[in-house]
Amino acid sequence: MSEKVLMKGNEALAEAAIQAGCRLFFGYPITPQTEVSAYMAKKMPKIGGTFLQAESEVAAINMVYGAAGAGARVMTSSSSPGISLKAEGISYIAGADLPCVICNIVRGGPGLGGIQPAQSDYFQATKGGGHGDYKLIVLAPSGIQELVNLTVEAFDLADAYRMPVMIMGDGMLGQMMEPVAFGSYTPRKLEEKTWAANGTAGKRKHNVINSLYIQPDELENLVVARYKKYSEIERTEVKLEEYMCSDAEIIMVSYGTTARIVKSAIKILREKGVKAGLIRPITLWPFPGKTISQYADRVKNFLAVEMSMGQMVEDVRLAVNGEADVAFFGRTGGVVPSPAEVVAKVESILGGAAK
Amino acid sequence: MTKVFQKPHALCDVPLHYCPGCSHGIVHRLVAEVIDELGIEGSTIGVAPVGCAVFAYNYFECDMQEAAHGRAPAVATGIKRALPDKVVFTYQGDGDLAAIGTAETVHIATRGEKVTTIFINNAIYGMTGGQMAPTTLPGQITQTTPYGRDVSTQGYPVRVCEMLSTLDGVALAARVAVNNIKNIKAAKAAVKKAFEYQIQGLGYSIVEVVSSCPTNWGLSPKEAVKWLEDNMLAYYPLGVYKDKGEGADAK
Repeated sequence: MSEKVLMKGNEALAEAAIQAGCRLFFGYPITPQTEVSAYMAKKMPKIGGTFLQAESEVAAINMVYGAAGAGARVMTSSSSPGISLKAEGISYIAGADLPCVICNIVRGGPGLGGIQPAQSDYFQATKGGGHGDYKLIVLAPSGIQELVNLTVEAFDLADAYRMPVMIMGDGMLGQMMEPVAFGSYTPRKLEEKTWAANGTAGKRKHNVINSLYIQPDELENLVVARYKKYSEIERTEVKLEEYMCSDAEIIMVSYGTTARIVKSAIKILREKGVKAGLIRPITLWPFPGKTISQYADRVKNFLAVEMSMGQMVEDVRLAVNGEADVAFFGRTGGVVPSPAEVVAKVESILGGAAK
Repeated sequence: MTKVFQKPHALCDVPLHYCPGCSHGIVHRLVAEVIDELGIEGSTIGVAPVGCAVFAYNYFECDMQEAAHGRAPAVATGIKRALPDKVVFTYQGDGDLAAIGTAETVHIATRGEKVTTIFINNAIYGMTGGQMAPTTLPGQITQTTPYGRDVSTQGYPVRVCEMLSTLDGVALAARVAVNNIKNIKAAKAAVKKAFEYQIQGLGYSIVEVVSSCPTNWGLSPKEAVKWLEDNMLAYYPLGVYKDKGEGADAK
């Protein structure tokens, strides 16, 4: 266990990846995550690793594909418009069952959008983004220590399930500084990558990294098998935080940095005598729908709070399945909601319910 | 009985899907012969393209990765950086390399990535059924240039070796053809040199093979060879455009 150091989110993310054994990083500059590349550029050559500034995000993600297919621990990092460009490669990586870590420090969109914090890439991260039937494990830390812990674990998750894992933060998380400690993670037991295309050495039949299957039944069987794996992940890998939910009359659902704002709002509400709680999904996929649905048996009001026009709220509604009211509050375009705005929204919901 | 001719070990013992008269079969064989002669099958990773050679991953005995359209150079870069001691090659067609993947092509060359590219230039998109390629000749009729390629609206063909030869990271840029025995021998020598330069760490090497596509040109295999000789070789002169090797020929 190391001592605590004060670090910027983007740099802590990069250091955590290195400590997880990532020795290849392929990136392309984009605000607000460029510090990840800068940190990698400084550190990787000193430890025998590779930092490569690619000619585009498209090239970077395909370099990730190649290195992952060769059996290496590899990462790329970008922000919203760059992730759109990587979407093609992410689909291929998912289709070829390759492990890697992709970081999205989300900014406002669509288009070039802005450079301020946002959560408007939830659909892109959890519902596809690229083409085809596939999932990413999506991790949404709300602080720098959690970002570090999840980054280290992301590499193990990717290897354990042979699939891409996305770390989803936002400009706030990337830019803010908090004290962090490294080295507390116990690695998972992982199988050797016997599938990797790293040279036969004349000892085995050739390995092929591929996502092309011309026969429909063959492709269907592969996709179905992949969805069995996804079901297992939904059973075993859900992470969430429940905060003041036991006596709550209204539960807010919020993730990432927005969940911290919601916690401030809960403090204010509790002082006013309003019993508000928070469910904070830490894994956006697999989504903690089961926990939310259990609360829906007795809590009649849910409020999703996001920095978007309402994306995760759809998963909350699916989980609640008509058993309770689900409202939404959000700011978008890089505008960060204030605790006071959240408090006002809760009061209007409960006031409205009392009428 | 003595065997006088056999399949190279690096070529899988499976039927190839290529059309009669297509150059892919010859070029696959040349690459496999070179892999055999250099003894690198166990340490080589190939990258297959999107296009007619998409199934190349089923045809080479070495480890293979299948890339997205145009992205083979990026995939190869990822492999080479992860496994710097291995030999990495890409096998790409003209649409893959010189249209959708132009940025990846130029930048693997600028970086001088120790990777070898085998580039099939047959002036047409084969797999999708004969559309205009970046290398389609002026006036050439394709499915998407039904009145012939009009350079005033559809632009001019790309000369890849000439373009890449201006870049410092390129160790070898050679254009060859497989239209006759003499040229096939020269093509093999160029492919071998390209792999050797990679192994010597000299930089990026590319061998462009002027190839025929009888099916999509609407010609018989024999007519296709003649068309290639009469039309393509004038626009795409054979030769060595860049050679960084020791004792390199002036040409």
